[in-house]
Amino acid sequence: MSKTLSREQVLAMAEHVENAELQAYDITKVTNDYPDMTFEDAYDVQWEIRRRKEGRGNKIVGLKMGLTSWAKMAQMGVETPIYGFLADYFSVPDGGVVNTKELIHPKIEAEIAFVTKAPLKGPGCHIGDVLAATDFVIPAVEVIDSRYKDFKFDLVSVVADNASSTRFITGGQMADVAELDLKTLGVVVEKNGEVVDVGAGASVLGHPASSVAMLANLLAERGEHIPAGTFIMTGGITAAISVEPGDNITVRYQGLGTVSARFE
Amino acid sequence: MEQKRIQELGDELYQAMLAREAVDPLTSRGEDITITDAYHISLRMLERRLAAGASVIGKKIGVTSEAVQNMLNVHQPDFGYLTDDMVFNSGEVMPISDRLIAPRAEGEIAFILKKDLIGPGVTNADVLAATECVMPCFEIVDSRIRDWKIAIQDTIADNASCGLFVLGDQAVSPRKVDLVTCGMVVEKNGAVLSAGAGAAALGSPVNCVTWLANTLGEFGIPLKAGEVILSGSLVPLEPVKAGDYMRVDIGGIGSASVRFS
Repeated sequence: MSKTLSREQVLAMAEHVENAELQAYDITKVTNDYPDMTFEDAYDVQWEIRRRKEGRGNKIVGLKMGLTSWAKMAQMGVETPIYGFLADYFSVPDGGVVNTKELIHPKIEAEIAFVTKAPLKGPGCHIGDVLAATDFVIPAVEVIDSRYKDFKFDLVSVVADNASSTRFITGGQMADVAELDLKTLGVVVEKNGEVVDVGAGASVLGHPASSVAMLANLLAERGEHIPAGTFIMTGGITAAISVEPGDNITVRYQGLGTVSARFE
Repeated sequence: MEQKRIQELGDELYQAMLAREAVDPLTSRGEDITITDAYHISLRMLERRLAAGASVIGKKIGVTSEAVQNMLNVHQPDFGYLTDDMVFNSGEVMPISDRLIAPRAEGEIAFILKKDLIGPGVTNADVLAATECVMPCFEIVDSRIRDWKIAIQDTIADNASCGLFVLGDQAVSPRKVDLVTCGMVVEKNGAVLSAGAGAAALGSPVNCVTWLANTLGEFGIPLKAGEVILSGSLVPLEPVKAGDYMRVDIGGIGSASVRFS
């Protein structure tokens, strides 16, 4: 893979996409203007957005994986998932309120999050490395919000848009990976008291820990790694479900309690 | 519908099952068939099977997912009878080429009862108290109706499209597992095919068994101690053929596998 964007173009695109996030308006996908841009260019833009936030005093509090379903990957014609980062102001307390005025067209996904206790470095990182390096897992709900109009995008554009990251809610019950079967761990998503989707951990690349291994391997391509103490959301177990002001959601996790939030 | 006609249709479905030759939908023949008629047709089909030596070992609940309810435009489940010639053990080869017409696999949770349940008035607490254990299960549904072109009356008359079933390798007390959130992963020929959780069947598999106990109670039929109750699919139906291998894993319960010939 190679780069097609100049440094100036990367900086300008990062500002353009981040402004859409900060001011909650939609834009057309960036590949419309730069049809030849590559994943490497797109990650340059994402890392620049990250640098911009850190420059403003925001802390980066975790990483997230996206496009972790085999079916979606086949649909998009790619063989690896994508990653993004989580900034401090993305965090919403369990039972708290997500302010939709700050968002464009939010959707939620039920996920399993890992917290590491040892660094993970690719290439060659595998599920055994991940389980050995895991401090604990915790249930999490991700709110995604593509900055692209009507969620119309290609993957390169999504990577430049920080993998649609916007908010996340973590539950209160942590667990040791040795005590859970993450492959068959079930989740039930309820919106306004009604079951709207169900799933199990295997929907995430066969096992949520393989998502963390892939993250380490993807980061290695840029000479980066996953430090000890990193919070990682592994990707949607369920389909993305649209939410509107007035909705409340509760996600029930097998053996890991519930996570809930209101949208106003 | 007249008793004579009910018998004819029940006999027709019974013969279709024996001969493995599908028939036209009963609802496509210009006759009015109510849901009650359809259950009477299914009872006639059962009567023929019992006369041929089969015995009832349990019941199945069908049409429990919202997707299937919307497809059939009905907003209640249905039920059929399980007989001793339908059951297989995990790991066994199931001869679907000899036994079924258009088989489809569903991953389910099976309940094994230790006490009778007699509706009406059965609650979820009664069902849990009467359950000896739950087990992983594949139900291999089949339709004696051509190309699965079923309305609700067709599937009810056809023993709720029941075919064969496989019970898994573990039995777990309902005290040990959350039946609403337990996850299900189905693999076909080694690849993950689908995933679900207990809530996919009417919000909880326990709700399904309670519905069945209360519905059968209206006809004076109990769920009996020792019976197997298949509580409804937690994942989409998957067509299967000879040579396929399927496996289901349920969080906190166990797994079941089956190879088809």
